[in-house]
Amino acid sequence: MAKVTIDGQSIEVPDGTTILQAARMIGGDNVPPAMCYHSKLKTSGGYCRTCIVKVSKGSDKDPRPMPKLVPSCRTTVMDGMEVQNNTSPEVLEARRGVVEFLLINHPLDCPVCDQAGECHLQDLGYENGAAKTRYDFPRRKFNMIDIGANIKMHMTRCIMCFRCVKTADQITDNRVHGMLNRGDASEISTYIEKAITNDFSGNMIDVCPVGALTDKTFRFKSRVWFTKPMDAHRDCKKCSGKVALWEKGNEILRVTARKDKWGEAEEWICNECRFEKKDVKDWIIEGPRHIDRHSVISLNHYENVVSKLKIDIAKQQKQLVDKK
Amino acid sequence: MGKKILLEHINVPGINTLEVYRQNGGYASVEKALKTMAPDAIVEEVKKSGLRGRGGAGFPTGMKWSFLAKPEGVERYLVVNADESEPGTFKDRYLMEKIPHILLEGMITSSFALGAKTSCIYIRGEYFYVSRILEAAIEEAYAAGLLGKNILGTNFSHDIFVQVGAGAYICGEETALLESLEGKRGNPRIKPPFPAVAGLYGCPTVVNNVETIASVPYIVMNGGDDYAKIGIGRSTGTKLISASGHINKPGVYEIEMGITVEDFIYSEEYCGGILNGKKLKAVVAGGSSVPILPADLILKTEKGEPRLMSYESLSDGGFATGTMLGSGGFMVYDETTSIVKNLYTFARFYHHESCGQCSPCREGTGWMEKILHRIVEGHGKHGDTDLLWDIQRKIEGNTICPLGDAAAWPVASAIRHFRAEFEEYINHPERIKEVKHLQELVS
Repeated sequence: MAKVTIDGQSIEVPDGTTILQAARMIGGDNVPPAMCYHSKLKTSGGYCRTCIVKVSKGSDKDPRPMPKLVPSCRTTVMDGMEVQNNTSPEVLEARRGVVEFLLINHPLDCPVCDQAGECHLQDLGYENGAAKTRYDFPRRKFNMIDIGANIKMHMTRCIMCFRCVKTADQITDNRVHGMLNRGDASEISTYIEKAITNDFSGNMIDVCPVGALTDKTFRFKSRVWFTKPMDAHRDCKKCSGKVALWEKGNEILRVTARKDKWGEAEEWICNECRFEKKDVKDWIIEGPRHIDRHSVISLNHYENVVSKLKIDIAKQQKQLVDKK
Repeated sequence: MGKKILLEHINVPGINTLEVYRQNGGYASVEKALKTMAPDAIVEEVKKSGLRGRGGAGFPTGMKWSFLAKPEGVERYLVVNADESEPGTFKDRYLMEKIPHILLEGMITSSFALGAKTSCIYIRGEYFYVSRILEAAIEEAYAAGLLGKNILGTNFSHDIFVQVGAGAYICGEETALLESLEGKRGNPRIKPPFPAVAGLYGCPTVVNNVETIASVPYIVMNGGDDYAKIGIGRSTGTKLISASGHINKPGVYEIEMGITVEDFIYSEEYCGGILNGKKLKAVVAGGSSVPILPADLILKTEKGEPRLMSYESLSDGGFATGTMLGSGGFMVYDETTSIVKNLYTFARFYHHESCGQCSPCREGTGWMEKILHRIVEGHGKHGDTDLLWDIQRKIEGNTICPLGDAAAWPVASAIRHFRAEFEEYINHPERIKEVKHLQELVS
């Protein structure tokens, strides 16, 4: 076990835990934001640099501070380590820099982007970004491509987190997905417009923190905050069948994996559940899904409305019985 | 004349052949090391010699070697970094082209010290013809029993492979080099683990520069203490300097560390003074990524002491008034040079070579290039200098590999020492075609 102190709060964690995981165990407002790290993907993280923190004391054995800011998602804790996140002006300044870099070539087309409302970059920009941009050059553009029948790839919005590449690499059978070109001309793509056709490819949509990979069965159907998130399951032979349904009226607009409070998928779901089962009859609905995110999708408080409704329904039923 | 270790026999006709190389004392270190020395004793000698990595970072080689993990039953590798891509540096090419055997000798001896059965030379794509020279030399060495099974009748066997890269600057970064060597895309790995623990194919690996490895035979033959006597302070031995720019005698020079910069630029033995008798304006002392210094600061440190060609003296004063020895790419600029245009060239290079993995470098290098392009073209905006300064500050230290720093440092130093020139470009775009007013600014 190792004791680590993050912004004055201490916690004991097993050896090998990263600073980010330790911060998430503590919880609260001091958790560094992360764009490219995904807890279910091996070797993810380290690229976007938003989770950088300052290690002001290396460990009890070697109390020297680390010379540079370190990515908290890839740095393991040592016993006695002291970390500064929100308490270090240096970290906040560097993070603002990273957010600015991520945004200079981002199209900021949130009004027409399907990810808006559940976008990690929106949250990040809202919390750490500047109100105005200093970038006055044309932004980078790419053509949209289809990767597979159900996924639209809009590279212009991509922030190069590599989560979809790692997903394609780790949970699907063949690696047909990677990075082309170099530097700010690099793009995530399949090998010469090859389609991704395996059963779990849809999970790439769920891991995408921005609107670069979107579900073609859901594109432009509705803003996410107008939909009702519902936990549901079905008996599926390929995956666990535990999903989140996003309904409007009685229509299922899309199916996604259930995401935890960090926006990371809890369990991978198969393409059949995701793209083909769009009828309420296909699913056993468990109830409204609790969305614990600070972005606009949880502002609708649909969950609260439903729980109130339930009480009302029970009352009404009782009243009906009493009348009889 | 200063002492020559690497280039001692450079002018002997036919030194590129094994026969002539051996007549001039070549491969003696292999004989001595394999037959009379224990591997650890060689590492100890290298430690004593104070030899530091010649690729740019200047990390003590002996220490790097002693960090190498040695788990039982796992291969170890020596990888020679010949991906010499830093603009202004061409020393390794010269060495490999003229005396390929000195590198092979160093590799065999070093591999014996490290217990590596296989070693690789990763050479940049543009040096394709050099790879042919190396391959011919390797063939000669195999024929003479200096490579292959049971070298010189001992029970040490060794193989050397040459791998040609495809011309990416980033593949000079050691972990990107290993990725490329494994046949993958040349992206730097996130450290830790360091190559000494998990390098090539996940095995413990030492990655060294060509010049570093080529210095090992001398250390083995003459002992680490003898090598440590050459040079000054912690900068021991000799260093190859690739001198280029506005000087009378550009070329590769082997210097004893500790000669003064003034001596190096103006003496007949080395650069022979500034071209056409012009005045010195600035120097980039160690390849394009190190900070540029104006004439007064490169010749004398802030304290007024003469600046020496050594790791310590060149970095005296930190980045505020100092620079780095780096890889030894010594670029000299005379009074007619436009620092802004020069910086734009550097910025364009780093933008083009950024691998695209981490955000600050991927986006920041492109942004800096665009701003510099606008300034050079005469469309600079007020505040662009400050904006550049702020961008470089947000790149530096926040990236996976040192390419981010390498892109940020030239920008920072050019603005630090030549801010007036940037303002001149922005405020008086109509005058940028004239060179004269830039001279006035310097004087």
